Amino acid sequence: MRHEANGAKPATDPDIAARQAVMATCTGATTAELEQALQGLGDIPAASDLRGTENGLVMLRGRMGGDGRAFNLGEATVTRAAVRLDDGRTGFAYQLGRDTAKARIAAILDALWQGPERAAVEAVLTPIRDRIAGEAAAKARRVAATRVNFFTMVRGED
Amino acid sequence: MYVAVKGGEEAIDNAHGLLAHERRGPVSVPDLSPDQIENQLALAVDRVMAEGSLYDPALAALAIKQSRGDLIEAIFLVRAFRTTLPRFGNGEPVDTSAMAIERRISATFKDLPGGQVLGPTFDYTHRLIDFMLAAGVTPPAPAEVETDFEATPRVTDLLDGQGLIEQELPDDTAEVGDLTRAPLDFPADRDLRLQALARGDEGFLLALGYSTQRGYGRTHPFVGEIRFGEVMAEFVPEELGFAVPLGPVTLTECQMVNQFHGSAELPPQFTRGYGLVFGQSERKAMAMSLVDRALAPASSARTSPPRRRTRNSCCRIATTSRRPASSSI
Repeated sequence: MRHEANGAKPATDPDIAARQAVMATCTGATTAELEQALQGLGDIPAASDLRGTENGLVMLRGRMGGDGRAFNLGEATVTRAAVRLDDGRTGFAYQLGRDTAKARIAAILDALWQGPERAAVEAVLTPIRDRIAGEAAAKARRVAATRVNFFTMVRGED
Repeated sequence: MYVAVKGGEEAIDNAHGLLAHERRGPVSVPDLSPDQIENQLALAVDRVMAEGSLYDPALAALAIKQSRGDLIEAIFLVRAFRTTLPRFGNGEPVDTSAMAIERRISATFKDLPGGQVLGPTFDYTHRLIDFMLAAGVTPPAPAEVETDFEATPRVTDLLDGQGLIEQELPDDTAEVGDLTRAPLDFPADRDLRLQALARGDEGFLLALGYSTQRGYGRTHPFVGEIRFGEVMAEFVPEELGFAVPLGPVTLTECQMVNQFHGSAELPPQFTRGYGLVFGQSERKAMAMSLVDRALAPASSARTSPPRRRTRNSCCRIATTSRRPASSSI
């Protein structure tokens, strides 16, 4: 999973860690993939906006020397969505980029995942996870091929 | 005399019409899509994101199209767009040691754990024009090697473990300055300096960086490490209370290592300059780390006192040891 591959620290609470993993999959998915995933769930409770889906910014931060004090690196566009299902469950999404349709579907999936549909949501996201993991692995293999393998030259007089 | 306050509107409208016409160019040539720019002029996109101070490749690509390839104009467009959006909050500091490495080079530590990884580099290409590109030849598939995702610790962490380098101390209680919200006051603290450098013009920074080595200063730094790749951006929304993964961002990080001969309080050790930039922006990250190192106050281990005054004291850059380094690690 990309979330782990990129070293973001999963929460110690396994439930939150699993929810973060679902959110990470949704950020890496395309809008079409998420639409298909939602359709794959069949009948689901209707969702209404808890807060209008909107574009905004998050200030990204780095650390001095990689491990020191934080500093502001620059902003990123982020789209957030918050929905409430008819049964009262709420779902949230915060994603890089400006795709409001994708963020809203991700918020609905987040809400569904927190109830009896958890296994079904995980199932419809599996092909997306596999696609993302496959692409990351292929990229890693291409990069690994450019790794320098040093060897010691033996000098003639030795 | 003050005359003619009105009357330019038609000319301005026509000029913008002409701009749109010239931007499109001859219709016999296919229209360029932002997707093509984002994927095939990726380094221009990275520069616009870095200096526009906004991570959004699709938006930067569109800005490049709108500006007809004038990157500084595109950067203006991105900066203006940035001011139209509300800020949800501050992200968690990214962990670059957990980067999915696409390139990683060290000049100070040849056989480093995790290895030297060249990645998609212009190095060793001889800088000869490749006329095959004009012919539209599809490149062969790149080589692949099975990998076990070996950890790639930062070189500075390795040196730190041996007590060879000055330490950075994380202090998450300290307030992080933001020059987009408060006017810059001089001398600026390092957090503000790094923020300014991260969004500064690459050419200007490069000239400053060079001048610390070959012009007003005679420092002799080494590239401790340069790496680029993806890290996960994270944000803790108030309503959730845990870190939400926003998505992967590509960053370039440079750790510049410099000699320090020690002082009454401090043992001899290596000091460091730091560069962190959006996208694959190696030249910019290196220049940033040189200037970060040069701007360190004289009171810290980051600078030994200059042996003589610089010829032109209007230069704000503190100079370091004027003796060329005679050894590397």
